[in-house]
Amino acid sequence: MKKQNLLLLIAVIVIAVIPLVFIHPTQDAEIFTGSDDQAESMITQIQPDYQPWFQPFWEPPSGEIESLLFALQAAIGAGAIGYVIGVFRGRKQAKGTTA
Amino acid sequence: MHIMEGFLPVKHAIGWGLVTLPFLGYGCTRLAKQMKGDSGTKLMLGASGGFTFILSSLKIPSVTGSCSHPTGTGLGAIVFGPGVAIVMGFVVLVFQALLLAHGGLTTLGANTFSMAIVGSYVAYGVFHLGQSLHISPKISVFFAASLADLATYITTSWQLALAFPDPVSGYLGAAVKFMGIFAVTQIPLAISEGLLTVLVLNLLSQNAPDSLRATLPFTKEA
Repeated sequence: MKKQNLLLLIAVIVIAVIPLVFIHPTQDAEIFTGSDDQAESMITQIQPDYQPWFQPFWEPPSGEIESLLFALQAAIGAGAIGYVIGVFRGRKQAKGTTA
Repeated sequence: MHIMEGFLPVKHAIGWGLVTLPFLGYGCTRLAKQMKGDSGTKLMLGASGGFTFILSSLKIPSVTGSCSHPTGTGLGAIVFGPGVAIVMGFVVLVFQALLLAHGGLTTLGANTFSMAIVGSYVAYGVFHLGQSLHISPKISVFFAASLADLATYITTSWQLALAFPDPVSGYLGAAVKFMGIFAVTQIPLAISEGLLTVLVLNLLSQNAPDSLRATLPFTKEA
């Protein structure tokens, strides 16, 4: 099981790294931009006169702040999963010593 | 899969919002029912929600040269059913709409429909189809989570195509254009999401208390 988990983790890393290795920037095009933003430009391409009718109340003032909040989101999630696995393990061990 | 704030016409925004409401209501009743469970169940709910938080925050490079993110709704849908996973996906989308200007309040209905509702039902359906065909639980979980991820992005493409049909090639042409952006980019990410869902369920199942044996897919066979 441990070996399987390790293999799964390696596979995920490899899948993420392959594009980084094989795709290189060209002069006229930015690479690894978000697909959500590309869809936005496709909308303006299909319907050039479309005006967004609502603006976000608050936007992260810089890319740094945005990445901070994304990191926070991931940290909350990772914290929750780590905590749960830890509690499960602890309970199992406690049960093992009393039984 | 995030349709940006204000980027759906008013009628579409309201329409998707209305479609989403009954599913959210159903999800809340399912979640309230699970919250009455034992502490093992509550912890598992926390872990499933946490998984959606992590996965939907990871923007991963893809072979198309653009970045996208997985959704993380599959795990919750497989363990607790689609209702609970819908609420979890919705909470993440609200977080991202308010704090990250990612997605938005006017597009919350459409984004909830693609990520939380379609994603959860596809994961749940594929997993149970796999089980009824006696495919190993791990393979079933992998395909359930991967296809849920992919289905979410295909749904977004169609939502955008319905709102912005191509002047020449119509709805189908626009859908093809949006799928060119979303679906192809998403294929390697969907595979990653499937692998990560198996990995995290492995870790949870290995340590889970006996009371969760009936709920977790990998402990039944052991």
